[in-house]
Amino acid sequence: MNLKTQTIEKIDKLVPRYPTMRSAALPLCHLVQEDQGYLSNEAMEWIATRLELEPINISEIVTFYPMLRTEPTGQYHVRVCRTLPCALAGAYQTCRRFEEEFGCKVGHTSEDGKVTLEFVECHADCGKGPVVMVGEDEYTNIDPDKAAEMASKMKSGEFSNGLPA
Amino acid sequence: MNITTSAHPETRLIFKHIDEEGYSNDIDCYVKNGGYEQLKKAVTMKPEDICAEVLASGVRGRGGAGFPAGMKWKFLDRKSGKPIYLICNADESEPGTFKDRQIIHQDPHQLIEGMMCAAFAIQAKLAFIYVRGEFFQGYRILERAIEEARAKNFLGDDILGSGYSCDIIVHRGAGAYICGEETGLIESLEGFRANPRIKPPYFPAALGAYQCPTIVNNVETLCDVKHVIELGGEGFAKIGTPGNTGTRIWCVSGHVQKPGYYEFACADVTLGQLIYDVCGGLKPGRKLKAVIPGGSSSKILRADERFTGKLKDGTEFDWGIEDIPMDFDSLGAVGSMSGSGGVIVMDDSTDMVEALANINYFYAHESCGQCTPCREGVPWMRKVTQRMVDGEAREEDADLLVSIADQIAGRTICAFGEAASWPVQSFIAKFKDEFVEKAREQAARRKEGKQVATETTLI
Repeated sequence: MNLKTQTIEKIDKLVPRYPTMRSAALPLCHLVQEDQGYLSNEAMEWIATRLELEPINISEIVTFYPMLRTEPTGQYHVRVCRTLPCALAGAYQTCRRFEEEFGCKVGHTSEDGKVTLEFVECHADCGKGPVVMVGEDEYTNIDPDKAAEMASKMKSGEFSNGLPA
Repeated sequence: MNITTSAHPETRLIFKHIDEEGYSNDIDCYVKNGGYEQLKKAVTMKPEDICAEVLASGVRGRGGAGFPAGMKWKFLDRKSGKPIYLICNADESEPGTFKDRQIIHQDPHQLIEGMMCAAFAIQAKLAFIYVRGEFFQGYRILERAIEEARAKNFLGDDILGSGYSCDIIVHRGAGAYICGEETGLIESLEGFRANPRIKPPYFPAALGAYQCPTIVNNVETLCDVKHVIELGGEGFAKIGTPGNTGTRIWCVSGHVQKPGYYEFACADVTLGQLIYDVCGGLKPGRKLKAVIPGGSSSKILRADERFTGKLKDGTEFDWGIEDIPMDFDSLGAVGSMSGSGGVIVMDDSTDMVEALANINYFYAHESCGQCTPCREGVPWMRKVTQRMVDGEAREEDADLLVSIADQIAGRTICAFGEAASWPVQSFIAKFKDEFVEKAREQAARRKEGKQVATETTLI
């Protein structure tokens, strides 16, 4: 496991703040995923050792929480909210346009590894639907035309992947 | 401060500075606008007096259940000698709700001040903000705000020289709706899957985080605490109506001209005024079909229903959908709930089978899987509604859906079972004809040799 020094520092600072070590399990999953892009078996074992737990204790968390991943995403991680308020605002049409533009079905990564397109549940910004996230950045009121514009900029690499440097 | 957005002035208490030009989310701006004065006042008060004010204010939880916050605090087990924890539930994820997001992004110090007032009142040893994982920016804002507050001694050791110490840890969720359920949240905080705990014995006020007495309050509720200290319990109770005190932030989404968040004193507007005057009405040429008034779990109201009955105080009512006062008890009296304040408006272009299929997809995705009726029943309901929109609807599906829902609600550890069943039960109660018609239409098309399934927009 080659974690960045920064990540290790964050972890070492965070763990002792909690009343129990195990409480730091979910935060550590986040930090390691941010560092590595996803949570490999090796990463889960590393977290377990760090917190004096068994690997299964981390695995059961990783398999429960939708935001934790066991596979890397494409260069752009595009998440489209499909819950009712966004759907009423046209989220399914927005997602269909993304599918066409990327040549990739929702729930999959495009063959060139450029984009992972996913449906997600309510992101709590329902007044501005359809809501789309790219990496950690949120975009609101994304109708199919705006989706096409975003997609074309992603294809040319001009669009931000929304991840902290 | 009252802001006129339309014919109807808002009462902005919690959202006083939201979207205000020039208002920023740093501590200097907050302090310049009178911030942390209530915390300064609170630490000079007796903790039990603050609890008494909160009880007197009548403030009810803004997260969904509407339980009086002062009462929740009263249940705290103080005799055990164990440390007490305060948790702010910032896992805002009830579909249709987007109020806490605004507080976290635009006015985080209001939340921190409210939390520290509450923490002092209950003498918490440590406080947590459980923020949903998707709020990446919100998380960073909260972390920065906490450091700013610590630098000014509004939290941390010996707060403002009072001898009281308390820190806040921001804990990120990871996309699971069930973490909004307070015991599921606690499990998640402790590093487990968010499987809710059974009550009794696991009432958080007695056996919460780390088996210690714990108070879990919503973001908006904790902000209210600050205003209770400012106005006094009685003063706060003057806003709204008896039993429905303070303001509510109504988050309006769906088919209205101006979706958004609007804060009103409880019962200050009716549902009709909110939709037509405040939100600019429906899209041109459209008519109101239905409203889900308190987040997607709350029971749907049909536009042409008459609601009659008696309120808690004995007053009889006879309302159309537009006459319903927006408060806890009135929405309860018409068979729904104000929930988390998420008002989802649907016009006559909405296919109710598709809308329910969309909602069922959500709950099937979010069931934690702990209780059999929910783990098996909710995905079953999703499959039925999905099959219906896929062209295989049967006339008896409506009854099947209700029979499944009836076998979930009341048979699970947590209220998720109800949350997933109420939409199904109410959609069928109010729109059964559309579910039956869907099957008949498809049968007719099949007979004519046409393509059976029609293009869907909501699923």
